Amino acid sequence: MLARIGVDSVEDLFCCIPETIRLQNLLNLPGPLSEPEIVEYFEDRGKKNLYHRYLSFLGGGAYDHFIPAVVDYLSSRGEFVSPYTPYQPEVSQGTLQVIFEFQTLICQLTGLDIANASLYDGATGAAEAVLMANRVKNKKRLLVASNVHPEYRQVIYTYTRNLGLEVVEIPYDRQGRVDQKGLESAFNSHTSVLLCQSPNYFGVVEDLETLGRLAHSHDALLAVAVSEPLSLGLLEAPGKLGADIVTGEAQSFGLPLSYGGPYLGFMACKKEFVRQLPGRIAGQTVDAEGRRGFVLTLSTREQHIRREKATSNICTNQAHCALRATIYLETLGRQGLKKLAWVNLQKAAYALEKLTAIPGVRRKFGGPVFNEFVLEFPSDWSRIKQKLEEREILGGLALGQDYQGLEKCALVTVTEKHSREKIDRYAEVLKEVLK
Amino acid sequence: MINVIREPLIFEISSPGKSGVRLPALDVPEKLDVLDGLAIRSDLEGFPEVSETEITRHFTRLSQMNYCVDFGFYPLGSCTMKYNPKVNEKVAALPGLSGVHPLAPEKLAQGNLELMKTLEKLLCEITGLDAVSLQPAAGAHGELTGMMLIRAYHQAHGNPRKYVLIPDSAHGTNPSSAHICGYVVKEIKSNEKGTISLEDLAREMTEEVAALMVTNPNTLGVFESDICQIAEIVHARGGFVYMDGANLNALAGVTRPGDMKVDVLHLNLHKTFSTPHGGGGPGSGPVAVRKVLEPYLPVPVIEEKDGQYHLNYNRPQSIGRVKSFYGQFLVMLKALAYLLALGPAGLREMTEIAVLNSNYIRHSLKDVYHLKYDSPTLHECVFSDKFQKDFGVSNLDISKRLLDYGLHPPTMSFPLIVHGALMIEPTETESRRDLDLFIEAMKAIDREARENPELLRTAPHITYVRRLDEVQAARNPVLRWEKK
Repeated sequence: MLARIGVDSVEDLFCCIPETIRLQNLLNLPGPLSEPEIVEYFEDRGKKNLYHRYLSFLGGGAYDHFIPAVVDYLSSRGEFVSPYTPYQPEVSQGTLQVIFEFQTLICQLTGLDIANASLYDGATGAAEAVLMANRVKNKKRLLVASNVHPEYRQVIYTYTRNLGLEVVEIPYDRQGRVDQKGLESAFNSHTSVLLCQSPNYFGVVEDLETLGRLAHSHDALLAVAVSEPLSLGLLEAPGKLGADIVTGEAQSFGLPLSYGGPYLGFMACKKEFVRQLPGRIAGQTVDAEGRRGFVLTLSTREQHIRREKATSNICTNQAHCALRATIYLETLGRQGLKKLAWVNLQKAAYALEKLTAIPGVRRKFGGPVFNEFVLEFPSDWSRIKQKLEEREILGGLALGQDYQGLEKCALVTVTEKHSREKIDRYAEVLKEVLK
Repeated sequence: MINVIREPLIFEISSPGKSGVRLPALDVPEKLDVLDGLAIRSDLEGFPEVSETEITRHFTRLSQMNYCVDFGFYPLGSCTMKYNPKVNEKVAALPGLSGVHPLAPEKLAQGNLELMKTLEKLLCEITGLDAVSLQPAAGAHGELTGMMLIRAYHQAHGNPRKYVLIPDSAHGTNPSSAHICGYVVKEIKSNEKGTISLEDLAREMTEEVAALMVTNPNTLGVFESDICQIAEIVHARGGFVYMDGANLNALAGVTRPGDMKVDVLHLNLHKTFSTPHGGGGPGSGPVAVRKVLEPYLPVPVIEEKDGQYHLNYNRPQSIGRVKSFYGQFLVMLKALAYLLALGPAGLREMTEIAVLNSNYIRHSLKDVYHLKYDSPTLHECVFSDKFQKDFGVSNLDISKRLLDYGLHPPTMSFPLIVHGALMIEPTETESRRDLDLFIEAMKAIDREARENPELLRTAPHITYVRRLDEVQAARNPVLRWEKK
């Protein structure tokens, strides 16, 4: 090979790199490790994670749902794991058809016309949604409900800070919902969008119909973030209630908790906003023989064509996560998703009843919930949390750091993986802890 | 690939009552008053209903329509489509690691935090920079984060500045990321060697310029040999040098961006460090920075004290969060496994063989395909269709014909400075036999271009579908299935 190139050694191929910056020695790195050593290394670190010994009621944007075996099995095929972005559609029809099916499922769930191929996660999805609304409306003020996931709001601040956009937070009411009075007074003629979340960070389902009406009456869009999309198996599609953009986090659909990533952002919107939608989109077309096929399309919105004028800088997205979600949703299907949503709703209701039967424990917000709810305790949650942890229970997420006045509260999440026994055990231990 | 069976959309094979999984019955008393105040949907109209057998066949058939690295050579330039070792998948799927909730108390996730911190340290050593954030989700996200760090620094020093300089050879995400960070992009023209002209740079580099974004080696595969002088010019005016690390597979273990006086760099774990592309993601785009930019890194940062790992959110100068939680954790695990398998000598060898393979292809094809720039190249080389154009054959036709040979085509969409580009990056994981198969196919296609150009213009011929009508797809968008 060297002879064909016409050099004496591999070093000669690096002659374009000035001598002064070429490394003289090997880097200070561990390894090389053999394959069994690598497995052992990671297994050992896994043993240092004590999380698995605990009975967990944590949610808040990351949900522990059952994953059918077929999801892992099919998604681990090398033909899905190891291709690039489908830039050569003739040899990427598998990936492209999966994206097309994913887009369809997201449209069906959200009740909107079109969806993209994925975004990084729910938080960047929320940020992309408000940026998109600003492009659509060409106005610089955006309203974000304070009961939107704190991390989503933080990402919105990071993204909007450099763009001269004004972000106004809307308070929540005693129901745990967006405070309508506060909202009405926050709208003005410069407002492009209201972003809310439903079910929101307190687990409370918002009155989207009213929020949509308010937003539209002020010439603003309603963008809805959904961090627990399983709720859409039961709840009316946001698009049918007035949402113009629905974005969110689809980790619930067949992705493990994964210590926070990779997860799956999604976004859907009304047809008329298609040119402002960020990210890749697959579309249907025909081949030279008139047969149906799929391609990436409307790419004039994207960075590789439009460069600095693109709707977003996103390039690589979460395609393989979207594949998993597609397999998951199609496996559960129409009846399965509805049933699973029902089971989540009922189990949460059971847990809520059980836990609030304990003296001193009360439901903080009156608004209707899906599979998460906020409890208020007689004293600071941090102390109760610690006592529960001593009994190997993770009883919920603290809210005090993010919400002043909720120091005594915790967000409790229940999914189909919590058997009645597990819920009862939590109630028993909590009762003892509070004695 | 089986191209006989036409696989319908799942929605078209759905029939009422089927499901692919049996779910447990409700084990708590059912209550109907929980629906009070909720807007309930009447149905999931159009949602598929299929059996597990049908699901399995559907996705198995769909998978067989894909070309992938596990199947063959994938020389997409700037994409670094190397083979993905399978042990990496195995460790990332360990339930002890992947089953942890991101908001679990730190003391219950020490193993995961240790793995992330270890990866950060290795990336500091490889890049020669001082600190790393693993939070960005992909390359473009890393670019955006890096530019935000630069802006935060300038802002804290009184003036965020207005412009970012970007060479015309850059990947499209560079100008897009700079724009989303609130900057105006100024393009720097490449010189006759395909690299940055120092005179041009010196003229454009004012105190209103926040940074230069440079890809090194650039998208031609050419190393910016003047990188140290480039950095001096930028630094003399108080600007930062941002390096796009997409092409780090040409440098790792041989030289370090930090030693070139680069200030900020993003890495693509899904390129250089072998994590699979998954048909377009997930990637992971860590950002490495020099000490002066460390205070601005996204929160939380992982800190180590007495063997205990801790997430620090109290960083007043931080740009904030760019993503929920800590980044693409499972992707990080795969990259770490890869680095542990390579070791220091293996990392250097990775780079050397990647560069050797690329030069082997370049020298084997240089008389057959036009090379616009004759500067030496590292891990990739960029030909054009100039010779074949005489016969009415474009880079697109050449690429489509490669599909008939069972090979994946090179990158065509950039660099914009080479018209009709064929950007080839073989990576180190290809054997000489694989390279020769590609070289022979490229030579055969050149002969076909001369003798039977129509064969190329109508290619591909033996794929699952023939050439697709992309104009129709854009003009008359059908973006979802709908019930007839």
